Amino acid sequence: MTKNHPNYISTTNACKLCKPLGACLAFKGIEGTVPYLHGSQGCATYMRRYIISHYNEPIDIASSSLSEKHAVYGGGPNLKLGLTNVTEKYRPQMIGITTTCLTETIGDDVAMFLREYALDTAGSKELPDFVNVSTPSYSGTHMEGFHGAIYEIIKQRAEGGPGNRTVNLLPGFVSSADYRLLKEIMDDFGLACTMLPDLSETMDGPALLEYEKIPAGGTPLSAIKAMGRSRATIELGRTLDDEETGGKELEKSHKITNHRLGIPIGIEETDLFFNLLSKLSGRPVPDKYVHERGRLVDAYVDGHKYIFGKKAIIYGEEDLVVGMSAFLAEIGIFPVLCASGGRSGRLAEAIDDVTGDILPSQPGVHEGMDFFEISEIAETLAPDLIIGHSKGYPLAKKLNIPLIRVGFPIHDRVGGQRILHLGYSGAQQLFDTITNAIIAKKQTDSSVGYSYM
Amino acid sequence: MEAVALKDRQNQIHVKGQAPFNITCNQDSLAGAVSQRACVFCGSRVVLYPIADALHLVHGPIGCAVYTWDIRGALSSGPELHRLSFSTDLQEMDVIFGGEKKLRLALLELIKRHTPKAAFVYSTCIVGIIGDDMEAVCRQVESETGISVIPVKSEGFMGNKRAGYQAACDAMFRLIGTGDTEKISRFSLNILGDFNLAGEIWMIRKYYERMGIEVVANITGDGRVDDIRRAHGAALNVVQCSGSTMGLADMIEEEYGVPSMRVSYFGIEDMSEALYDIARFFKQQYPDDPEADAIMENTKTLVQEEVSRLVPELEQYRQALAGKKAAIYVGGSFKAFSLVKAFRLIDMQVVLVGSQTGTKEDYAELEAITDPGTIIVDDSNPLELTSFLKEKAVDIFVGGVKERPIAYKLGIGFCDHNHERKEALAGFEGMLNFAREVYSSVMSPVWRFVPRKQKTENLPPAVG
Repeated sequence: MTKNHPNYISTTNACKLCKPLGACLAFKGIEGTVPYLHGSQGCATYMRRYIISHYNEPIDIASSSLSEKHAVYGGGPNLKLGLTNVTEKYRPQMIGITTTCLTETIGDDVAMFLREYALDTAGSKELPDFVNVSTPSYSGTHMEGFHGAIYEIIKQRAEGGPGNRTVNLLPGFVSSADYRLLKEIMDDFGLACTMLPDLSETMDGPALLEYEKIPAGGTPLSAIKAMGRSRATIELGRTLDDEETGGKELEKSHKITNHRLGIPIGIEETDLFFNLLSKLSGRPVPDKYVHERGRLVDAYVDGHKYIFGKKAIIYGEEDLVVGMSAFLAEIGIFPVLCASGGRSGRLAEAIDDVTGDILPSQPGVHEGMDFFEISEIAETLAPDLIIGHSKGYPLAKKLNIPLIRVGFPIHDRVGGQRILHLGYSGAQQLFDTITNAIIAKKQTDSSVGYSYM
Repeated sequence: MEAVALKDRQNQIHVKGQAPFNITCNQDSLAGAVSQRACVFCGSRVVLYPIADALHLVHGPIGCAVYTWDIRGALSSGPELHRLSFSTDLQEMDVIFGGEKKLRLALLELIKRHTPKAAFVYSTCIVGIIGDDMEAVCRQVESETGISVIPVKSEGFMGNKRAGYQAACDAMFRLIGTGDTEKISRFSLNILGDFNLAGEIWMIRKYYERMGIEVVANITGDGRVDDIRRAHGAALNVVQCSGSTMGLADMIEEEYGVPSMRVSYFGIEDMSEALYDIARFFKQQYPDDPEADAIMENTKTLVQEEVSRLVPELEQYRQALAGKKAAIYVGGSFKAFSLVKAFRLIDMQVVLVGSQTGTKEDYAELEAITDPGTIIVDDSNPLELTSFLKEKAVDIFVGGVKERPIAYKLGIGFCDHNHERKEALAGFEGMLNFAREVYSSVMSPVWRFVPRKQKTENLPPAVG
């Protein structure tokens, strides 16, 4: 059930972002790294504005600032000048270079420019490391850009050698609060972990006295190099590519077992994650999480009648949509439309895998959708709530139903980076938020004005 | 100590009184300098965006359209077609085989669906490279649908935001001269360069109505295609935000002989001056006409009423804010003049002022109206701005979304004066809103906790 809506030529209010934006976000989660866009100036500024509006944090993305003559004669000289200037002002450990549709189309060979630049600068001290990823915005979404950057840095930097006890964790694109939780969980299991990327501090940092040119935090480069020696990789995401991902690359080049799970949203998916950690650590699930799970089940019971049979529309990044579908199904909400602007070709199957044993029938699952199409279908479904990022607000307003804000971007509320989605504690917050939104809607629409449920 | 700016940028920074004024500006941004600027496309998109009954189709990959979806707080009193983000979402095959066919079909589909008054089609970087003949496609669709379809030459890399403003003006100029001007009053004007953020153009229009002047076209806040078509029938073009629409005013003057006047609607001083200048213009045009005299009288009454209404409240803010320091970094420098004056009105001191796209004349004027020691900067970046903010111990920073986290991270107040804001800052009421905005950031008790203001003896002992 992937395609039964009319196939429009034009796109209206896209439900996806462009590829380089995802790559820049991934690079922001690596310690001492400045993302760098090889393209014209506007791309960097637009992406910065878009990301800032979610995180309310500074995000510096450098640019080759290409102009007309560079588009004709090639962007190599400006790339090199830009790298020199970023090195001088930011003193980064690494510059993560992403391409744009402009430089891909004029045929700039960034890898070759970097080899030339290495020769030009041979012998100079304090040069950062350079990693590049190809991100033409005319193919794929920001998620392909994000995973592409992770794949490339692992491919270009992970080294083999004597094995160690570390576990690689590749969570995909989740909130800063989610990254913090994942680190805490790994720590509580006593597992040494390299999490890539790590946006927990770099995009949600404290107020400062001295401006940090590059915010503290992020996955250390030394840890990334050592990823080829870890004992296992956990890669989250059920719609990821079969070949070119960080976990697959580590498996192929360094023989590291790749455990691929869904993003742990809701009890079922989180149980799978905790069971794996238990197996890898040889320890039982720590009491703290056993209790969290117990409280969560208790909350599910307390609230189940308010939400049973409600119909939800979910949209956003494919793996987030899969995780949210799993969660909604297990609390008794029926996902009637699961939509994404992405086109992995795996969304319907992944949703079936996580909801098949609960839902009486498969929800409508659509890849490659925009908000025009989502709205068009939504009006025939009489949904009770909408779950996704801020850009679904016009639809929620039109249908006069609650929007539960999850994922990225959250542009119309504060604290998007602190929304917790993962684990039992994330499910607890989502459950309370959703249940209360439904109760509030009923309360607001009622003329009685009860002050109890 | 490390220099604040890269060597190639040092002559884009001037400190008043330290050297003879000779700032470099209007150049391509330096690679790797993390400019706050956008691109040609951005310039065109922000200027045309508020035309509410036109279809705005971005021809390119998805990014350019999605990052400009509902980007401005530009309100409409009627249709809201401008708030939708239309794109051809070019894919790899389109890039290889050309996007003309997809563009044509997308236009036909969208025109059928929305029946717009006109369509603007924006080219993006990639369209300039693959060489789609947008002009030909637009002409063809125009003949097929009978709706004006206008290409906007806004390839991102073909210059900076200023080039985009010009491309937008060129696009609008194609509409001008195609509407009926018969019933337009001789006391009439077009409003250029106001984008109706938070309803500002509605306030300004009311002032003109109270003065007895007809507004022909809003260009472009709450703009309508049919109004723009007859804009050449107005007696005067009143241009705010000179960077963006001055080009259009010049073209109209050349072709149709309509004179233009530069104004600013920010701050009491500039707002009053703008209205008086316009009243004087009509008085000069029609020296013996009682209607022109009435306009002047109405203007005096209006200014007196408005000013006397806001002075008492403004005085409270002035008392609280006097002596505080302000920094300004905005897109176009013309707005900066008004902000310098507005801060002076509430006795605040401007210590840093800069813009993305100012001209040499603009910066010279800023140099003339600011105090000695003020830093004047062109096309700056986060690292320079943070070091200036710290050096000058600033209390409030006025800028756009990209400047906000720079201020907040350092524990400095912030006032959004860019196109996403939801507060009306133009007009007489706008001055009051502006003062209130500044006041509510500067006077917030939260600053006592930020490291910049934290008294270390009050900190709880660190654990661990």
